[in-house]
Amino acid sequence: MSKPRTLFEKVWDAHLVRPETPETPAVLYIDLHLIHEVTSPQAFTELRQRGLRVRRPDKTLGTMDHSTPTTPRNHLGIIPVIDPMAISQLEQLRKNCAEFGIPLFELGDENQGIVHVIGPEQGLTQPGMTIVCGDSHTSTHGAFGALAFGIGTSEVGHVLATQCLLQRKPKTCAVRIDGRLGPGVTAKDIILALIAKYGVGGGTGYVFEYMGEAIRSLSMEERMTICNMSIEGGARAGMVAPDDTTFEYIAGRPFAPKGADFEAAVARWRTLPTDEGAVFDHELTLSASELKPMITYGTNPGMGIPIDAPVPRPEDMPDARSRAALDKALAYMGLEPGKPLLGHPVDVVFIGSCTNSRLSDLRQAAQFFRGRKVAPGVRVMVVPGSQQVKRAAEAEGLDRIFKEAGAEWREAGCSACLGMNDDKVPPGKYAVSTSNRNFEGRQGPGARTMLASPLTAAATAVTGVVTDPRTLMN
Amino acid sequence: MEPISTITGKAVVLPVENIDTDQIIPARFLKVTDKSGLAAGLFEAWRYLPDGAPNPDFPLNRPEAAGATILISGRNFGCGSSREHAPWALQDYGFRAVIAPSFADIFRSNALKIGLLPVTIEQAIYDELVAMYANDPQMALSIDLAAQTVTLPDGRQVNFPIDAFSKYCLLHGVDQLGFLLNQAEAITAYEASHPQPVKTTG
Ligand code: SF4
Repeated sequence: MSKPRTLFEKVWDAHLVRPETPETPAVLYIDLHLIHEVTSPQAFTELRQRGLRVRRPDKTLGTMDHSTPTTPRNHLGIIPVIDPMAISQLEQLRKNCAEFGIPLFELGDENQGIVHVIGPEQGLTQPGMTIVCGDSHTSTHGAFGALAFGIGTSEVGHVLATQCLLQRKPKTCAVRIDGRLGPGVTAKDIILALIAKYGVGGGTGYVFEYMGEAIRSLSMEERMTICNMSIEGGARAGMVAPDDTTFEYIAGRPFAPKGADFEAAVARWRTLPTDEGAVFDHELTLSASELKPMITYGTNPGMGIPIDAPVPRPEDMPDARSRAALDKALAYMGLEPGKPLLGHPVDVVFIGSCTNSRLSDLRQAAQFFRGRKVAPGVRVMVVPGSQQVKRAAEAEGLDRIFKEAGAEWREAGCSACLGMNDDKVPPGKYAVSTSNRNFEGRQGPGARTMLASPLTAAATAVTGVVTDPRTLMN
Repeated sequence: MEPISTITGKAVVLPVENIDTDQIIPARFLKVTDKSGLAAGLFEAWRYLPDGAPNPDFPLNRPEAAGATILISGRNFGCGSSREHAPWALQDYGFRAVIAPSFADIFRSNALKIGLLPVTIEQAIYDELVAMYANDPQMALSIDLAAQTVTLPDGRQVNFPIDAFSKYCLLHGVDQLGFLLNQAEAITAYEASHPQPVKTTG
């Protein structure tokens, strides 16, 4: 009998063009390469300089998401771009895709959206695949049991030219999450709690496999939220073994296999889960039953606390280095140690990003806006992850709920997640955000970000202060 | 890519842990379609005061730091976004190596691809370097890639790890794409013998 293998090892082994040796890394075949406007232009330049072609345009897909505005369409139905540098970047991607025969969901296209939202939505993300993109949140696609990770621009060039990457085999880490989530506690709270427990460097060098009762009971969209933030825990990739929930999600999507091919694919996918007795290099654990809604108080995603806990005090930190880091973070955030975050006034609420901008996220947020108003003085941006999500939400009337409450309902894109387009948090202002990074200046110079779930963000939007969503639930 | 054998030069210490790539270069500087001019955005929020004047307290702005080619920083350097603009900006500013107790995976991989040497040292050695720098902000170091050693200001040598392939590429100034392009036959054979899960062209 062959040696029991983990999910990761099965996918890795199946994509080896050449195994690694002490002298050389493995040559790993890539099934799907997603590209966007920000991290690809220099790779195409390199290709042209060397006279190379794109080896597999049919395994490559482009979308526009990072530098695009999310302002509503004008009377001509066009989303206006005014930043000249963004215009040139978008133009460059259009030109590169046309010249090399790569399909592109451009701004205004009915399928355009955040790269990690559209892959799964189109059925392109499937179990057992290798998926890369010049973007660290490519880990999102691991929710389907794919090996998916972010790469740099040099590597984007490697994949364009050869459909392969040079990789050293990462180590494996089982992330066991037992128990069941209580009401008002979400997948976002699981991943924020995990990173708070193990730190932002805890996963460096590992691929996570999330498992346990809590993970099994989650929907695909919730699993994506968790895998999305694997990188915030330092892991390049996070995976979930595919199961019936996965197959049901994929069935019928535009790029999913059809009919007998689908049945055959499901039979293959069922062989992917980690074998009984397979060994992981490391293990992390978390109990979902004990979790409360989480929120961050500092300037990295590991600086998170249960929403009803006080901001940590430097004197409670175990060593001088973490004291210094906490001092620096609290100075930036303008927060006092030992004080609760609950009740802290907020200026902006952002509901969106590849972490939490799918239909189920918007539905969750909408329940607190229904019949309520956005608190005075608070700007609320609700930004669907893709045009498809936007349309589906509108078909259910969610857009009306947001707009009637006084929130902005915008076009699909990365928006205020990264302070690259016009959607920003002003200097010194506080934002509760459903995105994934609270780094200094991430949402705009001087912006003060508190990461939380869509439920917490929505509850905060209607009260104007950091609010435990459970207090608004009946 | 220029071959690297030894890097000898002045060091500057930025004693912060978990420096993310949004600090190294904020997203609003990523709208370029080439690699030029990124040094202007390096550590932008820390380097300048809100009024645009250089922040005199920021280590890179101190007169002694002029011409430094080696950056020393706290653990988990380069976490966050995969932007290769981060190592490009460091290189564009004049850095040739970064020394830290640990690096985020993607940053390390990106840096190796472009010839910005990531040098991992023990936390205790890092702590010593921070103390030495406090006494001598003109402190210089020497990094020998072939021997995989860093020579500290007091003459001691410490080793650092690097995988054999990246080391070969850096020492000889060859880039990794060339190696991959030579695998064309094996890649074609792989494609012929494996199922193709999806076609984006429909
Ligand atoms: S939404 Fe944010 S994290 Fe996700 S791809 Fe866009 S910029 Fe990156």
